[in-house]
Amino acid sequence: MTSETHGESGAPDIAAIEAAQPGWLVRLRRVPLTLALAWLVVFIVLLWAVAPGLFTSYSGTVGVPGEQLRPPSLEHMLGTDGLGRDLYARIVYGAVHSLSGAFVAVTVGLLSGTLLGLIAGARGGWTDAAIMRLVDSMLAVPSLLLSLSIIVLLGFGTVEVAIAVGAVSVARFARLARSEVIRVRHSDYVEAAFGSGGTFWAVLWRHILPNSLTSVIALAALQFGSAILAISTLGFLGYGAPPPTPEWGLLIAEGRNYLSRAWWLTAASGFVVVLVVLAADRISKAIGKTTP
Amino acid sequence: MIRYLIGRVGQALLVLMVTFSAAFLLLQALPGDAIMIKFMSPDMALSADQIAEIRSAYGADLPIWERYFRTLANFLTGNFGYSIQAGVPVSQQLQVNLPPTLQLASLGFLTAIILTITIAALSNVVGMGWLRAAIQSMPSLFISVPVFWLGIMLIQVFSFQLGLVSVISPGPVERLILPVLTLAIPISAPMSQILMRNIDEVLAQPFVAVAKAKGASHTWVLWRHVVRNAVLPMLTIAGVLFGELLAGAVVTEAVYGLNGLGGLTNQAVGNHDTAVLQAIVVISALAFVSINLVVDLLYPVLDPRLGTKLSMTA
Amino acid sequence: MTAPLLEIDDLAISYKVGDHDQRVVHGVSFRVDRGEVVALVGESGSGKTTTAQAVLGLLAGNGRIEQGAIRLNGIDIAHWPQKRFDTIRGAVVALIPQDPGSSLNPVRTIGAQVAEVLQIHGRGDRRAIRTRTLDLLTRVGLLPAEMRADQYPHELSGGMKQRVLIAIAVALNPDLIVADEPTSALDVTVQRVILDLIDELRRENGTAVLLVTHDLGVAADRANRLVVLQGGRIQEQGAVKDVLAAPQSAYTRRLLSDAPSLTKVRPARRAPGSGEDFAIVVERLTHDFPVGGTAKRFRAVDDVSFKVCRGTTHAIVGESGSGKTTTIRGVVGFLKPTAGRIRIDGEDMTTLKGEALRRFRRNIQLVYQNPFGSLDPRQTISQIVEEPLLNFAPPPKAERAKKVADMLHRVGLPETFLGRHPRALSGGQRQRVAIARALVLDPRVLVLDEAVSALDVTVQAQILALLDELQKALGLTYLFVSHDLAVVQQISDTVSVMYKGRQVDGGPVDTVFARPNSDYTRELIDAIPGRKAPMLALSTASVRG
Repeated sequence: MTSETHGESGAPDIAAIEAAQPGWLVRLRRVPLTLALAWLVVFIVLLWAVAPGLFTSYSGTVGVPGEQLRPPSLEHMLGTDGLGRDLYARIVYGAVHSLSGAFVAVTVGLLSGTLLGLIAGARGGWTDAAIMRLVDSMLAVPSLLLSLSIIVLLGFGTVEVAIAVGAVSVARFARLARSEVIRVRHSDYVEAAFGSGGTFWAVLWRHILPNSLTSVIALAALQFGSAILAISTLGFLGYGAPPPTPEWGLLIAEGRNYLSRAWWLTAASGFVVVLVVLAADRISKAIGKTTP
Repeated sequence: MIRYLIGRVGQALLVLMVTFSAAFLLLQALPGDAIMIKFMSPDMALSADQIAEIRSAYGADLPIWERYFRTLANFLTGNFGYSIQAGVPVSQQLQVNLPPTLQLASLGFLTAIILTITIAALSNVVGMGWLRAAIQSMPSLFISVPVFWLGIMLIQVFSFQLGLVSVISPGPVERLILPVLTLAIPISAPMSQILMRNIDEVLAQPFVAVAKAKGASHTWVLWRHVVRNAVLPMLTIAGVLFGELLAGAVVTEAVYGLNGLGGLTNQAVGNHDTAVLQAIVVISALAFVSINLVVDLLYPVLDPRLGTKLSMTA
Repeated sequence: MTAPLLEIDDLAISYKVGDHDQRVVHGVSFRVDRGEVVALVGESGSGKTTTAQAVLGLLAGNGRIEQGAIRLNGIDIAHWPQKRFDTIRGAVVALIPQDPGSSLNPVRTIGAQVAEVLQIHGRGDRRAIRTRTLDLLTRVGLLPAEMRADQYPHELSGGMKQRVLIAIAVALNPDLIVADEPTSALDVTVQRVILDLIDELRRENGTAVLLVTHDLGVAADRANRLVVLQGGRIQEQGAVKDVLAAPQSAYTRRLLSDAPSLTKVRPARRAPGSGEDFAIVVERLTHDFPVGGTAKRFRAVDDVSFKVCRGTTHAIVGESGSGKTTTIRGVVGFLKPTAGRIRIDGEDMTTLKGEALRRFRRNIQLVYQNPFGSLDPRQTISQIVEEPLLNFAPPPKAERAKKVADMLHRVGLPETFLGRHPRALSGGQRQRVAIARALVLDPRVLVLDEAVSALDVTVQAQILALLDELQKALGLTYLFVSHDLAVVQQISDTVSVMYKGRQVDGGPVDTVFARPNSDYTRELIDAIPGRKAPMLALSTASVRG
């Protein structure tokens, strides 16, 4: 009886499912163009960071005398700065500073924030209240001011700035992780898992963690972009890596001095920052959409 | 209702207390203090005794908990201490620097609202597919632009290339045009993203279909049903936006060399002038908490659903 | 003879999905005469709602009429622009929507929303509109009208909101009202009152109604003619009497036999166990909830007692707010009752906690109402069914895999499903997975919380048959929670009827149905749709066999 009824209702469904699960090649072709471009940008910038020598023969820090402030040409793709340094080379060599800074920042925020949120959401009660009031206080201070306060404590420098930027995002990760945990915890499948005899840790590991993580990872991608913005801002204000480090924010700040004569110095460095941040934003959106 | 009110105000005060304490711990208790930086420098040529005297004058030699309560009591009476670097009361510095920043921030906010409404309206009116997509992706672009770079580029384009806005000796209004734009564009990004999303969500609601089934035109539906339901939730991000505005103002002032809170903050960070920084942090937290409190208390008045829910539970 | 009020001719509608068009309505033709009620009956995906939306010009943005005509009073409106539709919507054709909860603007008053339809079509000045609004509210029974007019939607119950929407629909005396599942979100007793109201108003004004419904019982009670849709095609249409008495298509026959409310012949149940072998004993169960942080407490369950013999099915029936869900959450050990005892196989659940409670859980398993929410979207079907085994001294891997495959077969799913994720399964298939997960630990008691309510009637019939088969094979005891008396009558041996936290009736199903003890039970039984329908010619056995 059951197999018979199944035959009736199941057959068309199976056919539909098989049709809806195409091969990887077809799926790859369905990736939106903008998303593909976003991954390409991230990929290239990562390569810059890992192997800058492959992309340029110029040095990122030492200029060529007599080659100052050249406009973009075949020789110098983006021209040269006031000390005769190739701007393209400086951007390529700067990638490692901006990326590693953003990476440290996101790692700091992701790990400590998610842990805090996980504990708050899973334990509830007083622990939750205490953690969330702390998080509220962190959110009450504008992010830039919070970063600056931490920089005052830690001092200036690349790593210090990265940590300061990361600490600011702790509150955001904690809030998101907590609300995700609470959402998942109230779902029927988590209750069903407890109902079938699951222990707290087993259910946390099997259901709560994997189902809460998607949005947290999406936020991590978004924060990666924000961190690059924030680090370049702090670099611009002069709190990050000292010159002649080719950090992107610093490049923009230096280019400003030659704005009337060589506007491309500032424009090009800023444009790279915008591209990378846009790419992170696009990727974050794509991750957020992949709800299973 | 009273119960809710007390609870909500209590929570706000608690958050403020935690912020104050954290700021105190972070800025006053832990770091090598500003007095050392200023007075230990060889140019000053002060003896150890003299430094100790100065320290006790600033209260820096007291035990930490005593300093904590002193500072707290001072803050409650509006005394934010002395700027070590400038040697004047912090409150005096704030009196000078707060008004221009507030002016810049509020003008930036107004412009951002206009931008937001324009983007949201255009994305709902424009029929052409590609143009609509372009308008809808504008916020994503705006959100990805570093504020300081945007400022520099605006100067480059409008002043140097087009010569529309003078940088040499601008008038009082002309002077503010570019800074306000610099501040407004990034702020409008999250606002228009949220507004566009809200509008889409409301348009998908069954009550919109019911309104159409009554014979209402698209414009009628937008004005009488969508706008209020889409704009109301925006209030909840008012506090966050304020923070962003303040941070944006700090950077904008740095780019354009304007006086204000931004300049003050930058000096304070550069000189480890922690008293100034702590005052700025606590005041901005106070503003954030107050804005959120007002929104929370105002919301039930504006949204009838919450009004009764509250009076029922209270 | 004048033209019919509404004539749908060879209508085909498609939705743009991704980069291709998916046709959901294929060449549908039917007509609605003046003053007539035509029911569009079908299960999910039958295209009934799409067809109804097309009549109002309210297709979703990606929907498109590919061919055919929709003639209203002889004029083809199928390809009218929205602007032109605005002139007839509300005035000539009106809508009673599906979900009253979200169909009223939450930030505007009831009065304003009724008045709106009059304003749009310019019927009188402010005072005239106000008077007419109050008349309409009075007419649909929202009294006192002055007070109701100034209330907001959230201050009204679901039934009252639907009355407001009815007032809006009839405000301009339209020729045709499209009622899209007007009562499926409402309790059964409210459903009857609302359908009566629609009936009354349409008779008064001579309005025709296109009634879209999944419930053959409702259609049989209320319509003159039936149009049966399946997969976007008409299976059958004709006068209600004829279709019910002599259905022509196999699909209609199956629909009729699967609809519990129309099945007059029910399979013989075992006589309730004679002995004292009770699997579940609930004694004087009481449950209080605190109210919003105050000292006041709300009594959700009040002094409820029942016993369930091993191997039988006990049903708990009630409408929303009756306390039935709270009762079973106590039974499965998710809530500690305020007072009373719950014994499962002699063991007192209420005293168990921590590890002892966890160990005891394998004896009693719960199947949820919503098969979309009760399965972890990230797990595969085999992981889902296997998980309970991992919680109790797991057997070796190969043994587990065999057990999972056996269990899947038991619930009628092929082994190819093992590696799939829940999203690739239909609602009925998911519910089978949920049942497999519940049974993999060999529990003695299965609690089914509205477990078939979210399913289409043909799928519902399959799941009920599966449950019946499993009960016979495994000697399971079922505690079956439902709002649907017809289903309960069909599958359970004993029943408790709950109303506002109290048990108002209880005992063997036949006794309760034949001689209800309380007015409420009587009202509930009378409200079952399909009772006015003529006796079916065919018996269930002949179709199922």
